[in-house]
Amino acid sequence: MTNGYTARDRAWHPPALTPLYKTSVARSPRFAPLGHATSASEETGPVFGHDILGPMDNDLITNFAAPGEMAIGPRIVVQGHVRDEFGRPVPHTLVEVWQANAGGRYRHKKEGYLAPLDPNFGGCGRCITDENGFYEFLTVKPGPYPWPNGPDDWRPAHIHLSVFGHSFAQRLITQLYFEGDPMIWQCPIVGTIPSKEAIEGLIARLDRANSLPMNALCYQFDITLRGRRQTMFENRPEGL
Amino acid sequence: MTRAKETASQTAGPYVHIGCTPNFLGIEGIFPEDLGTRMITGEPEGERITVTGSVIDGAGNVLKDALVEIWQADAAGQFPGHGAAPGFTGWGRSPGDMETGEFSFETLKPGRVPWHDGRKQAPHITVWVVARGINLGLHTRIYFPDEEEANAEDPILQRVEHRQRIQTLIADKTDEGYRFDIRLQGEDETIFFDI
Repeated sequence: MTNGYTARDRAWHPPALTPLYKTSVARSPRFAPLGHATSASEETGPVFGHDILGPMDNDLITNFAAPGEMAIGPRIVVQGHVRDEFGRPVPHTLVEVWQANAGGRYRHKKEGYLAPLDPNFGGCGRCITDENGFYEFLTVKPGPYPWPNGPDDWRPAHIHLSVFGHSFAQRLITQLYFEGDPMIWQCPIVGTIPSKEAIEGLIARLDRANSLPMNALCYQFDITLRGRRQTMFENRPEGL
Repeated sequence: MTRAKETASQTAGPYVHIGCTPNFLGIEGIFPEDLGTRMITGEPEGERITVTGSVIDGAGNVLKDALVEIWQADAAGQFPGHGAAPGFTGWGRSPGDMETGEFSFETLKPGRVPWHDGRKQAPHITVWVVARGINLGLHTRIYFPDEEEANAEDPILQRVEHRQRIQTLIADKTDEGYRFDIRLQGEDETIFFDI
């Protein structure tokens, strides 16, 4: 028997209704969500083996590029540690990423920004954390872009991340921002998060010590998922 | 023990499909197949069902940029990774159709899963919805209209205070299978869970 997952701190996450981010207005539930203790339905989740990964899946610079070509833009490595709220590493979990190109344009037919599409940049990648919960991918730094919220709203440079964790209760989608970017504090989507400290947790740190010389700057972005009060399958490692 | 804060959620929008279902979007050649497109990969025991639906906003518009994921037990109530029948993944991911917004899953009718106190839950599918404008992914459940007895003793359905809202968690039976629409707001707002 398990004691389940710790409750999500809803005052820390953005509330559903955040009118300055206009799309939330018609898409936010108005009733309070119904709380319940977790069961196996929430305490288990899909497991992805390394067999789903291709060799270039975490290299966004070349995974969509024509042979011998590369995406254009400042090259960066993003790496970090996925842990739960109690500091336990979350190994072997899928991290999916997507982003605009260096000019700030997405590869999407509904994209409305006039910046050029980079023919060698698809904008997505994925990796699985190692046995200690570390992940890494290589990409180009995305550009900021204007978006139709207010008359002149801009998104700061950002990368979207989707993390599975080991259970459906841990499922999380968030965005990574870059240290030193003044646009972070002007963005209505960033502004949906009530706490400055919570926002600071979404800012990747420039890490010169781990930069690849003559190749790529490194940004560190650690991710914290929900925590279990005790390990559900502590005697059954295959449950992890 | 020091407890760290969970990383704050952000909307999955505007283009969650670039990252999660790139082939669906026409970004081909990176991943051989989008994840979660096939839940039945062998010959597992159980009744094959189709579940379709759409996600609808407070103005009655169908979302065309949502992503729906489901997680469920097999016909015997076992989860993949924890004793489920081979050939069943338990996990599905469906983008809304670009034109109609409809999501769709070919899956198995789930069996009954124990509640944390050992009682049996009614057959259900766990659902997670993300889209542009949804600041924190929404959890809900699909129950089945042909499981009245099990539904009546389900520990979650029993504790829903607003009894008239229970029907928002129960799929409709159709000629093609089951239909489950998710309403983000309004009189028939779907019950979402804080789990």
